[in-house]
Amino acid sequence: MTTQPAKRITDIGPPHYDQMLHPVIKENYGKWKYHETLKPGVLCHVSETGQKIYSVRAGSPRLLSIDTIRWYADLADKYCKGYLRFTSRNNVEFLLDDPKLIDPLIAELNQNGFPVGGTNNAISNIVHTQGWVHCHSSATDASGIVKSVMDELHPYFISEKLPAKCRVALACCLNMCGAVHCSDIAILGIHRRPPKPKHDILGKTCEIPTVVASCPTGAIRPATVDGKQSVEIVEAQCMYCANCYTVCPSLPMNDPLNDGISIWVGGKVSNARSAPAFSKLAIPFIPNNPPRWPEVVEAVKNIVEVWAKHARKFERIGEWIDRIGWKRFFELTGIEFTKHHIDDFKHAGLTYHTSAHLRF
Amino acid sequence: MADTKYETPMLDELESGPWPSFIKELKKVAPRKPMVQDLLGQLEQSYEEGQGHWKHGGIVGVMGYGGGVIGRYSDLADKFTNCAHFHTIRVNQPAGWFYTSKALRTICDIWERHGSGLTNMHGSTGDIVLLGTTTSELEPTFAELTANGFDLGGSGSDMRTPSCCVGKARCEWACYDTMALTYDLTQSFQDALHRPAFPYKFKIKSAGCPNDCVASIARADLSIIGTWRDDIRVDQEGVKAYEKAGLNIERDVCGRCPARCMEYSGKLMIDNRACVHCMHCINAMPKALRPGVDTGATILIGSKAPIVQGALLSSVLVPFMKIEPPYQELKDLIEKMWEWRDENGKSRERIGELIQRMGMRNFLPAVGLEPNPDMVFHPRANPYVFYDEYFVAEEEGEAQA
Repeated sequence: MTTQPAKRITDIGPPHYDQMLHPVIKENYGKWKYHETLKPGVLCHVSETGQKIYSVRAGSPRLLSIDTIRWYADLADKYCKGYLRFTSRNNVEFLLDDPKLIDPLIAELNQNGFPVGGTNNAISNIVHTQGWVHCHSSATDASGIVKSVMDELHPYFISEKLPAKCRVALACCLNMCGAVHCSDIAILGIHRRPPKPKHDILGKTCEIPTVVASCPTGAIRPATVDGKQSVEIVEAQCMYCANCYTVCPSLPMNDPLNDGISIWVGGKVSNARSAPAFSKLAIPFIPNNPPRWPEVVEAVKNIVEVWAKHARKFERIGEWIDRIGWKRFFELTGIEFTKHHIDDFKHAGLTYHTSAHLRF
Repeated sequence: MADTKYETPMLDELESGPWPSFIKELKKVAPRKPMVQDLLGQLEQSYEEGQGHWKHGGIVGVMGYGGGVIGRYSDLADKFTNCAHFHTIRVNQPAGWFYTSKALRTICDIWERHGSGLTNMHGSTGDIVLLGTTTSELEPTFAELTANGFDLGGSGSDMRTPSCCVGKARCEWACYDTMALTYDLTQSFQDALHRPAFPYKFKIKSAGCPNDCVASIARADLSIIGTWRDDIRVDQEGVKAYEKAGLNIERDVCGRCPARCMEYSGKLMIDNRACVHCMHCINAMPKALRPGVDTGATILIGSKAPIVQGALLSSVLVPFMKIEPPYQELKDLIEKMWEWRDENGKSRERIGELIQRMGMRNFLPAVGLEPNPDMVFHPRANPYVFYDEYFVAEEEGEAQA
C-alpha cells in the first residue's frame, strides 16, 4: 500500500503585478507624460490621456507588524480604492485618483505617527539591515540607530530644503545587505577584533579547507590545538570581514568591547551628473551606545548640516566634496583624518594622490 | 509559560520621537505572540550587552526547495524559549511592490496563523520578509502562500528574487517595461530561483532609467538600466516656464551637464551625440524634457558588496539592447554567463570577482560578446598583455593554438 502524497503547489512565482494595479495606473501604463511635486511627499503623475494619479509617500520603520500592514490596507480601502505600493527605500505609497482625499489621508497618517515626505531634495528613509533583531553577524543594531537618526533628521524628511537628494543607509556588518557602499552617508557596523576560534568544536562543525580558503587575506591556517583539528588566525593579517564566520560558526566575531560604527560619505547610485560612486571613509569608529547612539546621530547630523550649508544647488555630498576637495571636507566638518583613512587593501595605490594639485 | 514578559527600559526609549518606532511595531503583536515577547527580552539583553544573540543559520526549508527560508536560532534559547527558533521566510514580491489591500490582508492572515506577525516590507533584495517562525510552521505557511498565489523568493547560492523600479506603471522616464521583464525573468528561471545550484548567489535588478532607483549598479550581479539612443524630447515652451519659475538654466542645468552638451539662451540647444544620458536635465525639468523614443537598456555586470574580494560596481557589458518580449537575447546572455560561472567559479565567488580573476578576455568570448570601448573608462595603461598564440619559425610548424 502506498499513500499518495498531498498535491503540492510549487514554482508558481509571484502573483502577476497586473492584479495589483490601480485602474488609473492600468489604463495609463506606459503613457505617463510628466510629474510634479504638489508638496513634500506628494507626487502627481500626469498621463498623455490627461488622467492623473497622486502618490502620497509615508515613512515606515520597515520592520512592520501585520497590525500596521492591515491598517495600511484599511487606509488604502478608504482613500485609494484599495491600491498601494512600497518603494525601494521601504516607504509606503498610497495611490489616489481623487486629489480631495490627499489631505485627509495625510492627516490620518500624521495622527498615527507616520510622517509624509521623502521626495526630491529630502532625506528619505534609511535603507537598513536586520541588526540585533534578527542577524547572526551584526556588529551593531540596525533599527535602533535608524530610529534615532531619523528622529533627528525628521525635519529633512518632511521638507525639500536640501541642495540635493541625500541617501542615508545602514548596514550592521560588512556583508552590507543594502546599497550602503554607494550612499551619500553610510552607517556601517564593524568588528575590530579577529575571530576567536572555538578549538574544541571547530573541527567537528566546520570544513577546515573551506575555512582556510574563505579568508581574503590568507590569515587562516590549519592547526592542531590540544590534539584537536582546528585553525589559527594570523591576527595581524585579519581585517575583520567575518567571511570565515559565515562559513564556520565556530569562529565568532561578536565582541562588545571592539564592535561599533563607522561612517562613510559621498557615494551614489544614480547616474545624474556624476557617475555612480562608492562611499568613502569619514569616521573610522564610534563605539556602540544603545539605545540611542547619540554620537552617531550627532556625526550624521553634522555632515548633513555642513553639506547643506556649503553645497551648491543639485550638488550631492560626493559632488560637493569633489569640488572642494577632501581636505576641506575634513576641515569644515571638524572630523579628524587618521591613518585609518588611507586604504591598504588591494589597489590601495590607486587612491594615493599622484599630483601636485593641492589646496592651501 | 507563554506569558513571559520582560522589562525593556532601553527599548522603551525608542518608542518616543517623530519617526515611526519599530519597538511599537513589536509591542503591537507581543500581547498575542509569546515569540515576540521573548524577542523583546532578547533584544533588550543585546542592547544591555552591546552584541547580538542569533546563531548562525541552519539548513531549514520547505520540501523540494533549497532556498527561500533562512534558519535562525537564538543562542539564549534556554532563557528565551519562545524565540529559540526564529526563521525567516522570503516571499517573492509582486513586481514594483504594488499591492491590493486584499493581497496584503491575505499575507497578514497567513502570518497571523503561522508566524510572529512581524515582517519587513521589504528586504534588501526585494522580497516580502516574514520574520520569525518555527521549523514546524514552514510547510503549512508555504502551503497557504501557494494556495493564495504567492511563492517563495531566493536565498543561498541561487538566482535571488529579481526586483525592479516602478517602471512604466508610474514613471514617465521608464525606457523599457521593468515590471514585465522582472515578472518574465522570475517565471522563466523558477528552478534557478528555488534550487540553489550556483557557486554563489546571482542578483538581477531592473531600473527603467539611469536614475537607477533600485540601485542596480551597486547591488546586482546583472544590472539592466534603461536608456535611449535618439534625441532628448524638448518642449521649448516648458523650458521657458522653468526659467520663469526661477530655475537658473544656464548655471544649474547646462552648467551641471557632465558632457557639457547643452546651451541655453532663450532656447535649449542639445548636442545629442555628445549626451551621456545622465538624466540631470530631465530630472531638473520633468515637464519640459523627456528621454527619446528609441529606448532600451544598458546591460552591466558584476556589482556586489565587499565580501569577499572587495566591493564592485557593475560595468558595461552591452551598451544598448532592445528589451522586448520574449527577451530572448537577454535570456541567452544570462544563461551563457551562468554556464561560464558554473564551469569556472569558486564557492562564494560572485561573477564580478570571477571576471576580475579570469579577465574579460576569457569572459567575453564565453558569452559571445565582442570587446567594445564602452566597456572601459580607458584602454589599459599597463603593458603586461596576454596573447593566446604566437608564431614560430616554419620548420617548427604552424602557429601554436
